[in-house]
Amino acid sequence: MILRIDNLVKHYGQVRAVDGLSLEIGQGEVLGLVGESGSGKSTVGKCVLRLTDPTAGTIELAGRDITRLSRRAMRPLRRDMHMVFQDPFSSLNPRFTIEQIVGEPLLRHKVADRRGASERVSAMLEKVGLRQEMRSRFPHELSGGQRQRVGLARALVLEPKLVVADEPVSALDVSVQASVLNLITDLQRDMGFSCLFITHDLSVVEFLADRIAVMYLGKIVESGPKAEIFAAPRHPYTQALLSAAPVADPVRQRERRRVVLGGDVPSPVDPPSGCRFHTRCPLAYDACRTDEPPLTDTRGNGHPAACHLITADRIPDAAAHR
Amino acid sequence: MSLLEITDLTVGFDTEDGLVQAVRDISLTLDEGEILALCGESGCGKSVTAMSVPRLLPPDTTRLSGSVKLDGRELTTLPEPDMRHVRGKDVSVVFQEPMTSLNPSFSVGYQITEVLRRHEGLSRRAAGDRALELLELVGIPAAARRMKEYPHQLSGGMRQRVMIAIAVACSPRVLIADEPTTALDVTIQAGVLDVFRDLRDRLGTAIILITHDLGVVADIADRAVVMYAGRAVEQATVTELFANPRHPYTLGLMKALPTAAVGGRLAEIPGMVPSPLSDPDECAFHDRCPRVQVDCRVSRPPLVRQAEGHLAACFHPGGQS
Repeated sequence: MILRIDNLVKHYGQVRAVDGLSLEIGQGEVLGLVGESGSGKSTVGKCVLRLTDPTAGTIELAGRDITRLSRRAMRPLRRDMHMVFQDPFSSLNPRFTIEQIVGEPLLRHKVADRRGASERVSAMLEKVGLRQEMRSRFPHELSGGQRQRVGLARALVLEPKLVVADEPVSALDVSVQASVLNLITDLQRDMGFSCLFITHDLSVVEFLADRIAVMYLGKIVESGPKAEIFAAPRHPYTQALLSAAPVADPVRQRERRRVVLGGDVPSPVDPPSGCRFHTRCPLAYDACRTDEPPLTDTRGNGHPAACHLITADRIPDAAAHR
Repeated sequence: MSLLEITDLTVGFDTEDGLVQAVRDISLTLDEGEILALCGESGCGKSVTAMSVPRLLPPDTTRLSGSVKLDGRELTTLPEPDMRHVRGKDVSVVFQEPMTSLNPSFSVGYQITEVLRRHEGLSRRAAGDRALELLELVGIPAAARRMKEYPHQLSGGMRQRVMIAIAVACSPRVLIADEPTTALDVTIQAGVLDVFRDLRDRLGTAIILITHDLGVVADIADRAVVMYAGRAVEQATVTELFANPRHPYTLGLMKALPTAAVGGRLAEIPGMVPSPLSDPDECAFHDRCPRVQVDCRVSRPPLVRQAEGHLAACFHPGGQS
């Protein structure tokens, strides 16, 4: 296991951003962490990289507990994990050239001298499909797609074990997004890193994740192999999420059964009692309002969900109730 | 005659680097009760095209030619005071970001009744009643309580519903919605799109929907115009467009969607959009196009009829699939 998160809690004051979350990512595995705004998905990424301190729970990187390590003790471990951000405009230092940006991690971790760094930057730029003359350019001279390639080059130049990517293609136009997604797929296959891919976009994780975990208000409501989640979602929230994303085919789209969710996402300051989804769930009944359903793998096939309505022989169908 | 007729619209902006051509020779029509999608990627000119209708473009730097007619009345040359009246009553706009387009220091109720009192001349009381109806129309629960609240107390989806309520307060004939659901979560987006559908069905409002999301186009639009580098490259009913895309750019956009992956790979569109500072004589898409031939580099293909109600600007359009 490259990453193991156990019962992670992160509260910002009264905001219960992450409220008891466990997940694992294996060697070379891409886990898509999906959720809507305010679900806490980005906070999970920040805790993993120790960009913020968890309130409770443990985070293990390659078998080592890093939850409480000091900044100093974390420093050498930063070689093993890296972040790719959503916004390629604000995450690159505008005063640095591309060569400096991509080479900086090598020099900081003293894995190469200036000359060695220069060679590795060349190799890395080639891997992400940027021409060598880009080395001397500044971020503002690049397009959005090129900047995101620089972000990837910087994240991967130390050959980390784990990459945390937070909405890395969400700010890009679809044609540029396609080439960046292809690139991430190629790099992941060639370099074999594990990846926590955080996104709101189901179609993106359907394309590149191995497994998917769906978050709602600080907790995972369902997780499992990608094909399973898309073919037979179990949790009513997952069903709603999948049915709400429109497909680019007017004939199919207009015939689809949709799960219409009432109301808004409740505030993470004061999450609902019982099942956190009960205020919007079309299937909610008495127990959902009082008892919190545990995340259980009812059928023992690596596809756990947290819903009282799931039994060994029954999966709820949120679309059947309108 | 269509409700709205845009003919040979060309819009440029004076900048320090010279004239930037945002829109070139766009012609389109919009009928009552129709939902028309303007789609394309960043910078293709879809927003500028739509904002030319209510003339919400910076007057000092905008260079506009062509004609925009609403009910046969020319809007491009209308004096500003008359235009202000058109903006309130006939054409209204919903923007992408509902937080910045609502005034944070006034209650929701005030912001809606203000519009009704100014444009419809309603009394305070009548405006209040109408505002309540409007909030209910756009699906805001506990509308009476919401009237007293301020924008920061509402979620993104609720704010966007308030924006729509304000936009339709004076029963506009044309509603322009600029990426109205892009900032919203998908489960919220579905509800907001239902509001647009409902407005069209109940009030016959014609809607111009500006979006980059082909899923949204497939879901709600009747017709669509695909734009590239300031020009319309394809125009058709939505069913026809998705069933038989003729322009290679339209096809490229559809194939680049993550859901269209073949063998674990997505079809890319190589290269970049040409600079809006240049005005090439050739097809603007030629250096990215898989079907490019000599003629594409020499002259620009006109937007011509491919099938009933289906236009495309390509010398080598795709056939029926």
